[in-house]
Amino acid sequence: MAELRIEREIMIDAPVEVVWRTITEPDQISQWFADRVELEAKPGAHGYLGFGDQGGPVVVEVVDPPTRFSFRWNHPVAEEPVAGNSMLVEFTLRGEDGRTRLRVVESGHELLAWPDEEKQRYRDEHREGWATFTDRLAGLLAGRPTG
Amino acid sequence: MRAEPEDELWAAIADPSRRRVLDLLVRSGEASASRLAGQVPFSRQAVSKHLVVLEQAGLITRRKRGREVLYQVDVHRLDEATRAMAELATQWDRRLTTIKRLAEAAHRPGNAPTTGRDE
Repeated sequence: MAELRIEREIMIDAPVEVVWRTITEPDQISQWFADRVELEAKPGAHGYLGFGDQGGPVVVEVVDPPTRFSFRWNHPVAEEPVAGNSMLVEFTLRGEDGRTRLRVVESGHELLAWPDEEKQRYRDEHREGWATFTDRLAGLLAGRPTG
Repeated sequence: MRAEPEDELWAAIADPSRRRVLDLLVRSGEASASRLAGQVPFSRQAVSKHLVVLEQAGLITRRKRGREVLYQVDVHRLDEATRAMAELATQWDRRLTTIKRLAEAAHRPGNAPTTGRDE
């Protein structure tokens, strides 16, 4: 779909339950993410992530221990976050022989102004993701004659 | 948190059709809306709409040549967008690495202040 999307994955030498606590408990979250964490791992819970003197609200979306956890953020202050006005951060955990494959996807900013039928019509044609786009653009920009 | 101008910029290029228009502009250097419309499977009207959004995000600039309006990519701004994107990916890499370190430390025997015994 029409969205910005970043996917990252890492292999961790710890069981899923341990990794789950690391990504969902506020005193753990503050060690790898925000300085100030007010967050309860409950679907629909409103929280806050502070980064120095900046920060913003987050809303927890999916809590499915110990495999799925997601929240939305970066939405306009006066609005509830939904697809289209916010970024969605999704964690997926998969146990593999006592280890954990942790995957994070940050996506969002789906186009608002584009009529649904047109989205539909061009969806199949424009499957390429952000990563491909930026790679290719970087190549194009590098090869482009200046002036 | 990210700065707002960046959000605007991302929103502008988040749409695949708009990326296609931008892509064409990168390739052709400079083009009018009608010329771009001839190279994409959507209407000239749609192309114009995309151009407006791209221009608002500062990704392209326009100039008049006779009765024609020609659009051109602002390479610096686009470069900024690509960097912002790479930066976000790097941030997640850093965070994941820290999560790994924390979880592995918590799991190590005799070094687990926040994790009880599970078995």
